[in-house]
Amino acid sequence: MRIFASLRIAGRALRRNKMRSLLTMLGIIIGVGAVIGAVSLTSGATKQVEDQVSSLGENVITVFSGNFTSGGMRGGWGSAPTLTVEDALAIRALPNVIAISPEVRDRAQVLANGLNWNTQVMGESPDYPQIRNWDMASGTMFSDQEVRSLAKSAVIGKTVVDQLFPNENPVGETIRIRNLPFQVVGVLAAKGFNLFGQDQDDIVVVPYTSHMHRITTRTFVNSIQVQAANDKVIAQVQQEITDLLLTRHHSKEQDFTVRSQLELMQTVTATSRAMGFLLAGVAAVSLVVGGIGIMNIMLVSVTERTREIGIRMAVGARAADILVQFLIEAVTLSAIGGAIGIAGGVGFSTAVAYFKDMPTVTPVAWIIIAFVSSAIIGIISGFYPAWKASKLDPIDALHYE
Amino acid sequence: MQTHPVIKLTDIQKVYHTGEVDVHAVRGISLEIFPGEFVAIMGSSGSGKSTLMNMIGALDRPSGGRYLLDCIDVSTLDRDALADVRNEKIGFVFQGFNLLSRTTALENVEMPMLYNRQRIHSHEQRERAMHSLELVGLGGRADHHPNQLSGGQQQRVAIARALVNQPSLLLADEPTGNLDSQTSIEIMGVFQKLNDQGITIVMVTHELDVARFTKRMVILRDGKILTDEAVQNRSVAEQELQRLRQEQQAVKLAP
Repeated sequence: MRIFASLRIAGRALRRNKMRSLLTMLGIIIGVGAVIGAVSLTSGATKQVEDQVSSLGENVITVFSGNFTSGGMRGGWGSAPTLTVEDALAIRALPNVIAISPEVRDRAQVLANGLNWNTQVMGESPDYPQIRNWDMASGTMFSDQEVRSLAKSAVIGKTVVDQLFPNENPVGETIRIRNLPFQVVGVLAAKGFNLFGQDQDDIVVVPYTSHMHRITTRTFVNSIQVQAANDKVIAQVQQEITDLLLTRHHSKEQDFTVRSQLELMQTVTATSRAMGFLLAGVAAVSLVVGGIGIMNIMLVSVTERTREIGIRMAVGARAADILVQFLIEAVTLSAIGGAIGIAGGVGFSTAVAYFKDMPTVTPVAWIIIAFVSSAIIGIISGFYPAWKASKLDPIDALHYE
Repeated sequence: MQTHPVIKLTDIQKVYHTGEVDVHAVRGISLEIFPGEFVAIMGSSGSGKSTLMNMIGALDRPSGGRYLLDCIDVSTLDRDALADVRNEKIGFVFQGFNLLSRTTALENVEMPMLYNRQRIHSHEQRERAMHSLELVGLGGRADHHPNQLSGGQQQRVAIARALVNQPSLLLADEPTGNLDSQTSIEIMGVFQKLNDQGITIVMVTHELDVARFTKRMVILRDGKILTDEAVQNRSVAEQELQRLRQEQQAVKLAP
């Protein structure tokens, strides 16, 4: 089959009726454009959420102590005195655990420079920045040595810096936590708000030993942050931690909770998958509508050009030549429509990203899907009109008025 | 003549089944047309000349009888094979020109080559189309669209299109039906010139004036051949044109 010649004939036929061709394509253009635009926006949003989830740290498992009930008042997760530093060290010894941090939390008034600020004071191990995937903006994290020596060293978050050291470098300066002087050894990089809207930078981190023995007097930790070697062993490590702690606590009831970031991630992916199905549905509907438009116009075109078909048959066009010609016309219409739609969708999402400052991502897979499906729609909707044209009788077609 | 006939019709029949009545449009026509002939098929409407024309043009198959075109039995071919025969053996010229609008004269002439079974290179297509246009005296109008051409010029483009695949037979259906008398004579002049170069032409017409430009007249009535004889006092297009011009001159000179 002389595809190239057919393409030229099709191109000429479409150019002959520019306005109509454009209007016919509009269905596909809008359909594909809307889908690409929507996919870009939701993919951007999904990616943002995923980034936030991974900002919680990589392959992180958190062990919370159980709920403490005293006189009918239940203290919530982390209130029961069940987890100890020894538990944390035992977990560290498990295979596939690469870092741990026993965590104690308290809110406290912090003073410096004649300013004061109420913030979250966390006792952590030196591995904390690694577990949370958190860089240092300046200075260093305190060391294991400083943990052992109950050092009065502190690492502070961006918000605390802004509140207490508005115009100076805090590293080396002294802050007072519950009137105890701590030396600032490092500043954490800004991390922003987390998924739940909490300011992650409003934080002071001190060695957990200093927190438990100097700021407060505790023998138990609120939780233990654990980092697994990779995402494939997370479930296994969770189970091992559960078994280990059950043995260590000699209790029949589980007085702690083991949570992983994987669960949160699964929720996010489930949401984006649901969104994907919804979009695919919308895409299918709009492409079908666009396809009906193409079929409609192709039928009109076949009727209008009956005489042309007759002439072509008289000079030797076979039925297959006529079929291919009209099929190519339909596919050209839908493919060009699809291409314009893709360009429009990408343009729209780029504009949104630029003017609205929203992240947008256009997945290449969707561009390919959109283009291929608009071409397929062209074949499907063009086939019936093309078949009808090819079945015309040359004599009738020649004398059609 | 020693050569094979271009067209050999043997007892050709055509019956249309319309409702309960069978219409015998053509009832047993036998006819031989040899290379280099210029034949007019005449008859009033209903005489079966259009039906015969469609069968000669391989647009339709006879219900009975045998049709040999260039020694090929066309009466048994399927749709696709008929299309190929039309493409390679027959050049059509229609009453209504039947050019593709918004398509240049050159592209109109190139069209039959698009459907050739053998691929023809695009520059060869161009060359052949240009050559064809020059044959009918329209070499200078190759890039004109049909609506920029006069009726006579459009019909010349159609003739060029019919010639481009070097057919064995040029088939013209009322080629002057839409043209004024002077243009008609000009077109007949084109046909006579082509015939002089050896091209076989069969023309369907109901105008005796036009038929007189041919060499042989076949008159049909009720689906049968009534008469089949050579044209006496054949008109020559150039002379007729000259006469016409002199008459026009005379009208102008008259006070």
